[in-house]
Amino acid sequence: MNQSQSAKSMTHGEAGLAIVFAASAFLCLFATAKALDTAFAFHASLACAASLWAVFAIVNRYYDRPAALPLREINGRPNYNMGPVKFSAVMAMFWGIAGFAVGLLIASQLAWPALNFDLPWTSFGRLRPLHTSAVIFAFGGNVLIATSFYVVQKTCRVRLAGDLAPWFVVIGYNFFILIAGTGYLLGVTQSKEYAEPEWYADLWLTIVWVAYLLVFLMTIIKRKEPHIFVANWFYLAFIVTIAVLHLGNNPALPVSVWGSKSYIAWGGVQDAMFQWWYGHNAVGFFLTAGFLAIMYYFIPKRAERPVYSYRLSIIHFWAIIFLYIWAGPHHLHYTALPDWAQTLGMTFSIMLWMPSWGGMINGLMTLSGAWDKLRTDPVLRMLVVSVAFYGMATFEGPLMSIKVVNSLSHYTDWTVGHVHSGALGWVGFVSFGALYCLIPWLWDRKGLYSLKLVNWHFWIATIGIVLYISAMWVSGILQGLMWRAYTSLGFLEYSFIESVEAMHPFYAIRAAGGALFLIGALIMAYNLWMTVRVGEAEAQSPVALQPAE
Amino acid sequence: MSFWSRHQIFEKNSIVLIGGILTVIAIGGLVEITPMFYLKSTIEAVDGVRPYTPLELAGRNVYVREGCYLCHSQMVRPLRDEVERYGHYSLAAESMYDHPFQWGSKRTGPDLARVGAKYSDEWHVTHLTNPRAIVPQSIMPGYAFLSETEVDVSGMASHLRTSRAVGVPYSDDQIANSVADLKAQADPDNAGLDAFAKRYPKAVARNFDGKPGMPTEMDALVAYLQMLGTLVDFKLYNKKVNLR
Repeated sequence: MNQSQSAKSMTHGEAGLAIVFAASAFLCLFATAKALDTAFAFHASLACAASLWAVFAIVNRYYDRPAALPLREINGRPNYNMGPVKFSAVMAMFWGIAGFAVGLLIASQLAWPALNFDLPWTSFGRLRPLHTSAVIFAFGGNVLIATSFYVVQKTCRVRLAGDLAPWFVVIGYNFFILIAGTGYLLGVTQSKEYAEPEWYADLWLTIVWVAYLLVFLMTIIKRKEPHIFVANWFYLAFIVTIAVLHLGNNPALPVSVWGSKSYIAWGGVQDAMFQWWYGHNAVGFFLTAGFLAIMYYFIPKRAERPVYSYRLSIIHFWAIIFLYIWAGPHHLHYTALPDWAQTLGMTFSIMLWMPSWGGMINGLMTLSGAWDKLRTDPVLRMLVVSVAFYGMATFEGPLMSIKVVNSLSHYTDWTVGHVHSGALGWVGFVSFGALYCLIPWLWDRKGLYSLKLVNWHFWIATIGIVLYISAMWVSGILQGLMWRAYTSLGFLEYSFIESVEAMHPFYAIRAAGGALFLIGALIMAYNLWMTVRVGEAEAQSPVALQPAE
Repeated sequence: MSFWSRHQIFEKNSIVLIGGILTVIAIGGLVEITPMFYLKSTIEAVDGVRPYTPLELAGRNVYVREGCYLCHSQMVRPLRDEVERYGHYSLAAESMYDHPFQWGSKRTGPDLARVGAKYSDEWHVTHLTNPRAIVPQSIMPGYAFLSETEVDVSGMASHLRTSRAVGVPYSDDQIANSVADLKAQADPDNAGLDAFAKRYPKAVARNFDGKPGMPTEMDALVAYLQMLGTLVDFKLYNKKVNLR
């Protein structure tokens, strides 16, 4: 070791990245000085500070590390790289709580409008994208990156590809979240739902995402297993398709390269079609395919049973990615979008029910012979209930995509309720389950600090979800019926504001449900914190963890 | 070789797997999106539809910035109750110059596609300042701060030029006079009013926020709201034109 100290030199990656970030710091400093609006100046100075920090961190890391890079294998066993996974897992918990808290605030604003405080940066219109991005992209995204980097290493039995690259991905992604989130508060948005960040944030995300794909793909290419495990197909479909969707939906021309505002290349109907092709597949590939990958690894692992059916997972995979991409136009029923496109969207949405339930069955039936564990293991219960919520939401979705149903449900709270049965029940619970598994594994703990607290989390959050979605069903259907109600004389029965007034009790119940969900997440954060702090260390077993399948 | 073992080519070769994924996801998108750029019903031009005036465009940018689209749709569906509540159903052509589109996805508040000329300017200013002063049951946030912020006119020409680059047919004349037009539209005594009216026929020029001085963001937003859905004269519109 000490002889090689003299031969220590920077890798091309370290030197190159340090130079790139140094150049970026200068460019961002220049951009701060040239900025046409305060938001852009703020973001450019943030980027400048982050670039300087990156240069410092790379050089500092170089001085602290031994001359040789970490070995890819030690004694014939892969030397897994879990640092970036830990970072993403912690960020997921942080952003989750932030996102749920903002959700609770905006839910309360709809019940008690005084909470808007009539200030620009606290009004509903700016906080709502903050909530959706924080829960989908910050919480969900970090869960996906953490679990994908964990699963791909374990199932390929190889160390994560790249030295700095995985760190670039996890830190770069969270920097994108920071830029996007602060942008919303300052009014920087291109107003495309779930794709609100402006052009410069989009460009940065593109770079980070390409790095993510390369790290993931190179790890698969270097694998020691002959087969690519099914979870990795889903992760790969998620990463590749999100890249395509992001590029298709976001081409924009900035008014000035020194300003935040841009105009999107598409207009009117074409923009609407692109937007909901993107929007629905953000659901299909970010919130579904990615989290199905989690289902395919963590449920078998936790239940200690193999995946129920290999053939079903092949059908599930190809059918779901083929059919999902068509479903976007069901967000545009009865609009100025041509009728044939709406019908096509509806038809494929209904067909989508089948592979969705195929996947659900594959997840649930994995518990064959291990159902008794649901009584004793609240983490497994959370994972299984998430799949049940997935089944419910993927039945409700096709139902709502039918044009006559949609004529009632569209524009109402029913849509919001539907989204949240998927988001809280499926994405939330499967993420919680995965994090409850992952944290003890990553920090070499025997188990969680307290299973009893997991149980409390499970029940409090479940009651919260039930309050949330049933309140939204009632309010949504009530809204839809009030808007189309006629008196016996043939006049519209209700003014619009009467329907708003009728929503108040349901908005209060919804906020209460959201509060319960947030409390559950706080209990979880405490539990995970204590697991890391005081949890009993796992005895270092000489045997590597058995890869699933 | 059995059918199932043929799948191994995807499981053992990551590049083939990525190729398969890309092929499978490309089909639906191509079939649904490409025709939107060619079909008559999606690219037809309708009499009366014009690009936004500079003041309206500034107002539209405020509308986007404050996230109004999250609670207000701009898309009247051809359903009896909607047509009676809001007016004629929306045409594709009415949003052809919208970059981005503002059709929305949720009606926490009413649809705004045809809100133009329905209420007075004063109603809008009072309502935007404190919605509950006019509609006690309203849950809309107040936007009093818009009256205190002047419209940033410095980049107006660049805004029009960028819009032209993405397909909105602004003329050189309109781009060169964008700041003058913006000021003229918010000031009925402005000397440039005739020139403005020539560049944007039928556009309404008023002191929208009722206050003297430079146009505020309140002026801009109200000017935008007051023109929504007013461009097409439906007495003249031939709705059978796209029937085949």
